[in-house]
Order: sequence, then structure tokens, then C-alpha cells
Amino acid sequence: MAEYQTVDHDVLIIGAGGAGLRAAVEAASTGLKVGVVCKSLLGKAHTVMAEGGVAAAMANVDDRDNWKVHFADTMRGGQYLNNWRMAQLHAQEAPARVNELEAWGALFDRTPDGRILQRNFGGHRYPRLAHVGDRTGLEMIRTLQDHGIHSGMDVHMECTVLELLKDGDRIAGAFAYDRERGRFKVFRAKAVVMATGGIGRAFNITSNSWEYTGDGQALEDLAVAALQDMEFVQFHPTGMIWPPSVRGILVTEGVRGEGGVLRNKDGKRFMFDNIPDNYKPQTADNEEEGWRYTQGDKSARRPPELLTRDHVARMIVREVKEGRGTPHGGVYLDISWIKEKLPNATEHIKKKLPSMYHQFMQLANIDITKEAMEIGPTTHYVMGGIRVDGDTQMSTIPGLYAAGECAAGLHGANRLGGNSLSDLLVFGKRAGQYASEFAQSQAAPSFDQEQVEAAAARALAPFERGSNAEGPYQVQESLQTTMQNLVGIVRTASEMERALEELKVLRARSEKVGVPGNREYNPGWHTALDLRHLMIVSEAVAQSALARKESRGGHFRDDYPDKDPEFATFNHVIQRGPNGEMQLSRAIIPPMPDDLQAIIKENVS
Amino acid sequence: MTAPQPSGPDTHGVAVDAYTAAQAAQDAAVGHETRTFKLWRGADGKGDFQDFTTETNDGMVVLDAIHQIQAEQCNDLAVRWNCKAGKCGSCSAEINGKPKLMCMTRLDELPANEPVTVEPMRAFPHVRDLVTDVSWNFRVKPRIQKFTPRPPDAPDGTWRIQQADVERVQEFRKCIECFLCQDVCHVLRDHHKHEEFIGPRFLVYAAALEMHPLDVAERTTALKDDFGIGYCNITKCCTKVCPEHITITDNAIIPLKERVVDEHFDPLRALVRLVRGPKRK
Repeated sequence: MAEYQTVDHDVLIIGAGGAGLRAAVEAASTGLKVGVVCKSLLGKAHTVMAEGGVAAAMANVDDRDNWKVHFADTMRGGQYLNNWRMAQLHAQEAPARVNELEAWGALFDRTPDGRILQRNFGGHRYPRLAHVGDRTGLEMIRTLQDHGIHSGMDVHMECTVLELLKDGDRIAGAFAYDRERGRFKVFRAKAVVMATGGIGRAFNITSNSWEYTGDGQALEDLAVAALQDMEFVQFHPTGMIWPPSVRGILVTEGVRGEGGVLRNKDGKRFMFDNIPDNYKPQTADNEEEGWRYTQGDKSARRPPELLTRDHVARMIVREVKEGRGTPHGGVYLDISWIKEKLPNATEHIKKKLPSMYHQFMQLANIDITKEAMEIGPTTHYVMGGIRVDGDTQMSTIPGLYAAGECAAGLHGANRLGGNSLSDLLVFGKRAGQYASEFAQSQAAPSFDQEQVEAAAARALAPFERGSNAEGPYQVQESLQTTMQNLVGIVRTASEMERALEELKVLRARSEKVGVPGNREYNPGWHTALDLRHLMIVSEAVAQSALARKESRGGHFRDDYPDKDPEFATFNHVIQRGPNGEMQLSRAIIPPMPDDLQAIIKENVS
Repeated sequence: MTAPQPSGPDTHGVAVDAYTAAQAAQDAAVGHETRTFKLWRGADGKGDFQDFTTETNDGMVVLDAIHQIQAEQCNDLAVRWNCKAGKCGSCSAEINGKPKLMCMTRLDELPANEPVTVEPMRAFPHVRDLVTDVSWNFRVKPRIQKFTPRPPDAPDGTWRIQQADVERVQEFRKCIECFLCQDVCHVLRDHHKHEEFIGPRFLVYAAALEMHPLDVAERTTALKDDFGIGYCNITKCCTKVCPEHITITDNAIIPLKERVVDEHFDPLRALVRLVRGPKRK
């Protein structure tokens, strides 16, 4: 018999980034007993890394902006695979969610008349990102954290969920262990909100930390919920590449929003060479116009550096492949050049991009006010994830919800910068609200003792195999290398088939890893347990990517370099079959209502 | 001990794209050297330094070396970290005796001819190896009166704030809650006044609320009576270790002390006492 402590909540939130905390605040406001489980300490989740801002059509800087334009921008960016209902709700509700943060203490940068300032960002037609310098994510998570701790929620820090528990078809809670002491816990809950973030750790070069092992996606998959569009992984175009130890660390898109430009080793602004047709009408065709756009000239069109992330990342890879890269295998991102345009450029850069200045100074000995940065793509975000209902965020399992990066739908084939922070707020709130309503209508669930015993036994197995077995870090490294090289930015059938073969071998290895030591704060053990989730999401990504025989958004196929209209009509869905095997199917996208179609037509040019 | 592999990707015999290849070639070209690390190992306050040797290369930070040792030699070496970019404040430790973030401390800024020592923060209970129990901090924060805004300025429920007023508190709001300032504060570290004193981190937090342009709550009584602001004798150790370069003492604590004095010790009466001398019966 496994020893464990049982904790009862009405609503259990798994994950304490922006989505989890927003959901928890909402659920706690109903007076229910709410618990939050997070792998790290409170306030450390990856939301702190978000730099550029939160997208909301408040029209504080450009009064032509409204939710309809934001909706159309999001759909265009997502190549129309988005859940249009989510894209609509997101655009409509984001301004209220941002204003609410201000009522809870967030302090955004201001316009001259004292309203919230908004900045330009890739794929957004008008200046739309509310921001605080380049540390918007920190401001957001701290505001939610500081507000949340007074809301009555219980926080279980440094605690990892290993299994979702079910009562018949409905959710019953989760089985977890605390990382500090290694003790097991059963959280019994009437409703569960999954808010675990991304899967970046499945790749070698990533802006994500150790936490992002696809726990939410994998756990829901194991509980036989559906995963959607897992092939769509966003490689952010600008990660640090030098020195090697910092490779992958994010360089905010805000650098380009403030006038930063991309150049190859010959000094050429290569982004002007290849502007996609559907973006041509709104993209500058000369450097002067691009500069004016970044400085708020409403008659100017945006520079091609601010095209969508998938496109910019591929153009960077092309420059490097064709021999026009920098000494360390990237391209130059230069903000220092604006001193030709602005008298106080040095101070301006330090004020607008303080943490970028600090990051390059400290980690790379580069003064970004004086010289160019070297950058290259880094695995950043997964658009795919848990398939949810657009209004309620409920997954296909009753009582089990998902919000934020671990949920799919809002971003379609590619996410616009700034839309993730607003996603967290809008759908975190909705998930919290509907999970609370569900919980209020339910009696306390019971859970299956055998499921708990099996999960406990599986969790302890790495100790039984001990340090003579292969260690978890070697398997993790091989997995990351496989995914990076074979299912990365540019994909092809033969490589992905090979990846699926390798994943089978890796899965067998991952099930045999052993660890030394005991259960107290043992990172080797933690890594061994995370491997199960990483394997599942990696397989889901590879399978979905192989089946999508076209290039669209974050998914680029060397063997199918063009968009195929047939693939625009459905989402990929992965769901376990009766024998536990992963099954891929197509779910037809329901037709968009006329009013939303009209909005898209109005905003074509 | 296993020799570390060159850090280039394992290609599995697959022709990798030129992008990956270019980066692998660069990795192979960086300067390597072997360095010794004295890492604190043990549990619940008991422990000792243990020596590890590992190969390091240009630009590596202390956390990289620890990860390498963990992956290659010591799978259960306990270390807390998260973003590895100086933004989350998880990987606080004492490096060569100085409180720092492991992810932002480059090896080439430490003396090359001596071992690098890394030990856990000393102001908090020890858990294991480099990890401490910082939960006390998370219990302190809810005791501080929460943000309480004035009524909205506009009919749509929003406020009008000048950028200058935002900037005055943005310095405090940069705090990443690494708790290094708590670690060096002698009131906590040496005198263990955790019950009576909230420490520099939460004085900064209180200052951010007190100077927030919208906040109307009163915190000076609690600062004086419950949060022990008087214990701080302005030695500025906290300011020196702040990785976000927040001027903790001068910009946060001293102005708070002045507010407490203004509210609770009437200066006019004090002046009268000074001139007249103490009251005679």
C-alpha cells in the first residue's frame, strides 16, 4: 500500500502561471475551496519570461483599433485553423482583462494622457500590446500572485502531478508528489483546470525551462482526452546563440517593435526579399517607411521584421543555410543603429528594453546600445494542445478544463506575439468560472484506489532500478536531439518517420531509467518522471506533423512547401484508442458565422 | 569520472541542416578548460563540501556547470532553478561566499586558479544540497495589507496615471523574489528575527504599495509594530546583492522609515521638547 495524504478541493488548478493563477482567482471568488498545484515556487512560472506585452484592442494609441481587427489579425496569423469562437472571445474580452489587472495593482507604461500605452508587435495591425518596458510577464504574474494570495486559495508549491484520477467518465482529481520531500498526495476535486504550459523541453534549443515537459497535454492524453493540432510548434525567430550556454534564451520581439532590424553578414536587411503575398498590402517596401511605423507614424506600414514569427524564423534559417549567417550561425539583430535617428538613442534603448540590455551585457559581454546582437530561432511555444470547448474551456472529459498554452484552438497554426498573455487572462478566467459552475453542480467524487497504487508503483520504479541502469539525463538529451533534428523548424517525411522509429526506442529506454539517492529533492528522479510526459507529447507532435502534408504557420515541410487548401478545413485530433494506442483523426472545422466572415473580409487589406 | 562530450548535437548519422551544423561547429571551437567545484552536499543542515571536476567552456555560468555535473556525475544533486535567464529568481546560492544567482554568474568572472565554491543560502532552513526552504517568505507576504486602489478616474472604470508616477515604483516592481536580500540581512541571517522582521524584500514590497500612484491603504502602523522596520540599521548589505540593482535601502527602506516617523512621531512636539527640555513636575 502506498502512503499518501489526501487533500480535498472543489476546484483543483494544475499550474500557476498566468492562466492557472487567473483561473484560481476566478474560482476562489465564488467562495469554493480552490487548490493550486505548481512544480516551482509560486511566481516563478514561465509567464515571468514574457517580455513584449499583452495584446488587447483598447485603442489607446491608435483609435482605428477594435476587437474586430484583433480578431482578423489573430485568424490571419493562425492561417484560419483557429477555433474562431475562441479568437472572437479573446479579442472581445482582452481589454477588460487588462483593465482588471490594473485594478489589482499592475502598473503599465502610460500614454501622454495617462492611459495604458500600447506598442507595435508582429502581425498586429495597430499598436496593441500593453506593456511594462520589457518585463510585462513579471508584472502580470506578480499582480495575479499578490492578488491571489488574498483570495483564499491554497497553494501547493513544488508539487508535480503524475496522474489524473477519474470517477467513471468524470474527473476526480490528481495524484502527485511533493518535490521537496518526495511524499505522495492525492488531490480529490470536483473539477480540475489544467494550466501547465508548454512542451519546449522536448527540443534541444528552447526558451523554455525544465518545467515545460508537456505534463498537461500528456496527462489529459493518458486520461483519454483529445489533443489537437500538435504539429504546430512555434520557433521564435530571436533567441540568443552565443555563448553556447545561453543558446535559446529569448530575445524579445519588442526589440524589433522598437525599431530593431535583422541583417545578414553582408549587412543586408534580408527580410525585404520575401514578403508573403497575403501580408504585402500592409508591409513596408522600404526601410524609411518601416522606421516611421516603429515610431508611431500611422500612415506608414510595418517593416518586414515584424511579419509573423514562423516566417521570420524560416527566413533566418535560410540566410544561414545559404552561407550568409554570422560567425556563430545566426543573423544580426541590431537596435543600436537607431542612434542615426534618435538623439538620445542609448538612454532610449535602456529604458525601453532594460532587461535585454542587462541580459546581453551580463551573459554575452554585448552592449546592445553599441553593437548588434547575434540571434537564431529557438523553440518557444506550442499552438496545439488539449482540445477544448471554445466558450467553457472544458476538454472532452467532464469536469476537466484546460487554459493557456496547454490548451489548443486560439492560435491555430501560428500564434501572434502578445496573444499568449491575453490568452492566459481571457481563458484562465473562463476556465475558472466554468470549472466552478461545474463543481457547484457535483457531489464529491470518489477515486480508484488501484489507479493510485499503480501510479505510486510506477513513480518509485526508477529507484528500484537504481544507478546501474541508464540515467534519465542521457535519455532526455537523446530525445531532445531527435526532436530538434528530425521534427524541427524544417520538416520532411523521411526524417519524421525516422523520428517515430527513434521515439519507440527512446520510449523503451525511458521506461528503464534508474536513479540514485532517495526521494528528497532529487532532480534525477524528477527528470525520470518527466520523461513519460515528454515521450507522449513528442510522439503526438511527430505523428501530427507527418500527417500534415503541407506547410502552414509554424509547420513547414520541405517536401510539401506550399499551403494546401484541403488542409485548411480540419484540425488534427489525437486520442487514445481502446488498446491505448495513439490515434490520429481529422475534425472538420465548423463553418464560421456570417458576421465573423464579414469581419475577415473587411480586414483583408 | 566520465569525460564530457563535446557539446555539439548528437546527429544520429542524419544529415543535419546547415543551421544546426554551423552551431555545432561553433561549439567545438570554443575554449575549454577543466575546473573544480566545491559543492555543498547534505540534508537538513548537515553536510560538507564535495569536490567535482568538470570541463567548462567560454561564457558558461555557474548553473551550467552544476547541470553538467548533475547530468554526468551526480544525478541526485539537488539544485533549484527555473528560467536560467535571471528573471525568475529561483537559483539563489552563495558562490565563493557571495550571494548570487547561479544563472547570472559567469565562470570567467570568478578567479580561475581556485575552486568555485557553491553553498545554499544560509538565512533559511536547509533542505538538501543547494536547496533551502524559502517558504517563510511566502507566509510573510499575505500579512501585508493588499493593494487598495482609489476609485477609478474615468466612467469606464479606468485610471489616468502619469508615466513619471509609474516610473517611481517600477524600480521596486522589478523584484524577482530571489530572496538574496533576505539571505544577507543580518537581522535575519545572524539574529533570526524572522518573527519580528519582514526583511528587505518585503520592505521593498511595502514601499511599492505605499508609493503606488493609486493605492490608498495605510501600512505605517504595521510597518512599525508588526513588520519591525526599526530593526533595519541601514547597512545596505541588501542593496549590494540585489541582482536587479534595486536601491533597496535608499529608495525603499529609508523613505518608509520617514513615513513611519511622520505618522507616528510628531516632529513639532519633539522640537518643543528639545527647546524647553523635559517637562518638569
